[in-house]
Amino acid sequence: MDPKVEKELYSMMLLIRRFEEKVLEVFSFGKLAGRMFHVCIGQEAVPTGVCSVLKPDDYITSTHRGHGHFIAKNADLKRMMAELYGKATGYCKGKGGSMHIADIELGHLGANGIVGGSFGIATGAAYASAFRRDKRVTVCFFGEGAANQGIFHESLNMAGLWKLPIVYVCENNFYALSTPLERSSATETLAERAAAYDMPGQVVDGMDVAAVRKAALEAVNRARAGEGPTLLECQTYRFYGHSRGDGSVYRTKEEEEFWKARCPVKTFGERLVAEGKLSLQEMEELEKDIEERLAEACAFADESPYPSLDSLYEDVFVEGSGN
Amino acid sequence: MREISYRQAIQEALWEEMGRDPEMLIFGEDIGLYGGAYAITKGMQEEFGPERVRDTPISEAGTVGIAAGASVVGARSVVEIMYIDFITLAMDQIVNQVAKMRYMFGGKVEVPLVLRTQGGAGRSSAAQHSQSLERWFLGVPGLKVVMPATPYDAKGLLKTAIRDSNPVIFIEHKLLYNTKGQVPSEEYTIPLGQAEVKKEGADLTIISYSRMLLYALEAANKLKEYGIDAEVLDLRSLQPLDRETLVASVKKTRCALVVEEGCKTGGVGAEISAILTENCFRGLKSPVRRVAGEDVPIPCSPVLEKAAIPSVDQIVRAALNSQKYQKQI
Repeated sequence: MDPKVEKELYSMMLLIRRFEEKVLEVFSFGKLAGRMFHVCIGQEAVPTGVCSVLKPDDYITSTHRGHGHFIAKNADLKRMMAELYGKATGYCKGKGGSMHIADIELGHLGANGIVGGSFGIATGAAYASAFRRDKRVTVCFFGEGAANQGIFHESLNMAGLWKLPIVYVCENNFYALSTPLERSSATETLAERAAAYDMPGQVVDGMDVAAVRKAALEAVNRARAGEGPTLLECQTYRFYGHSRGDGSVYRTKEEEEFWKARCPVKTFGERLVAEGKLSLQEMEELEKDIEERLAEACAFADESPYPSLDSLYEDVFVEGSGN
Repeated sequence: MREISYRQAIQEALWEEMGRDPEMLIFGEDIGLYGGAYAITKGMQEEFGPERVRDTPISEAGTVGIAAGASVVGARSVVEIMYIDFITLAMDQIVNQVAKMRYMFGGKVEVPLVLRTQGGAGRSSAAQHSQSLERWFLGVPGLKVVMPATPYDAKGLLKTAIRDSNPVIFIEHKLLYNTKGQVPSEEYTIPLGQAEVKKEGADLTIISYSRMLLYALEAANKLKEYGIDAEVLDLRSLQPLDRETLVASVKKTRCALVVEEGCKTGGVGAEISAILTENCFRGLKSPVRRVAGEDVPIPCSPVLEKAAIPSVDQIVRAALNSQKYQKQI
């Protein structure tokens, strides 16, 4: 891989990690709107690797654990943080918050508070691309828990049937809140379900950003060439609980330590240093730069106004339409 | 003007709008070669191709989701849900996704999506193919709900619904498809959210929509024999609701009767009644009355089915009771 790309991958994963840590920090200071946010610490390699092969006008749909997807799709950190603070300057004017962040201009068709809620929407965006022959690809991010919803089957069936330009990226962190995969899926992997929809399915090491990027590149190229959808199962782990207040009693310390030792940010960084592609000084500079950007984002969010009460009634409908 | 059926009116609206917008898509079960369960899309796949008139598997949630995704990226979409009873299968997509996307995303997206479906009893189709479920969508901000009663309204309202940048649930009635009415040959549209006085009157307002409007008109005719001059108001669209026309009519007649086919409890009539009480209380000469479906699932047997939904006689009796009440006080 091009060392420049490798540095970018590392830098993006580090940004996502530090963003999420900042989210936890500012939450503890009472800065965020509510408690409904889910950090993706431990899972950074998946959004980073996948979005690194997308074009700016490709589409993604995201999940309740979606900060990483949006950052990797080049979100503006200030507007993102402001949205999490519930401020008027946020991406959704403070109405969406962490679970409903979206920006159509960046091709982000929405995070989703309903597990599995975006399978259809992503598949529909891909349908429109196939119809328009616009060569765009859609990536549908989802957790392994979502794969047990009926609409997973409905959407993948139609995508396989019509050979739509879409990549279904499963972030298998092995737990749907507390329920482990082996107690919720009849198949051992999610990737093997792809056979039912006549599409390739592949298990990917979701802790290795290079492996994710490689698999995503093949899948995205296939989709762009009109050869149809792919199901990627990226095996990963969330280092924290499902949300705040989840002490992860359902996981063993040994299991957590095993996965934390495979931290995607740390291991990739160490590899780049060992291979002489990244110096310790560059690493430090990167940290400093990210720290500054996040401090700016938080300051922006802090100083931004809350939405005006008039805006409560705005944007329920497109005004002036249907007359 | 020429006389065409409600079915033809809907067909014309779809054909004309498909011709007008080359990116418009239609999705649904059996809508292609088969032409749809009620023959609305007959011949359309041949004319517009299988990509634009897309037969889908029996996957209501996935199909509504796909149409939502296509519409969000700009391809105006219409979904045919064969029976409104099947809309339950797509409720997450409609209520949590389609209705809320624009608001949740801070006004950044438009969802130009029409969910066409048909409901209502009258063909012994029993409990899972005969319901009137429009009430469910009225408490979901972000959705429009349109229910035409005549061929003229069906065509004009559907064309507007398709051009609308908001999601619209367009509910037809299975027993209206063969009814006929005058429809101009020229292009026209009807704004959503405008009720229409279908018959003017002075003594009471009968408020209705969809197939029950025809019953209301028939009842108004019978009421003439009793010397009662009823006004008949067709809501046409339940969301947005034309409160102005509704309140103005009842302020004039000072007496109101709401007729709907769906169950009485938690129904559209309850909402209308509350609006009228809030706005016309002092002027009312009698309580707002409701004639609605019984609170039972729709039974199969034609005798029972008929008893489960309002009849013209029931409307007449309710109107007479309202008038008697006025004389008593």
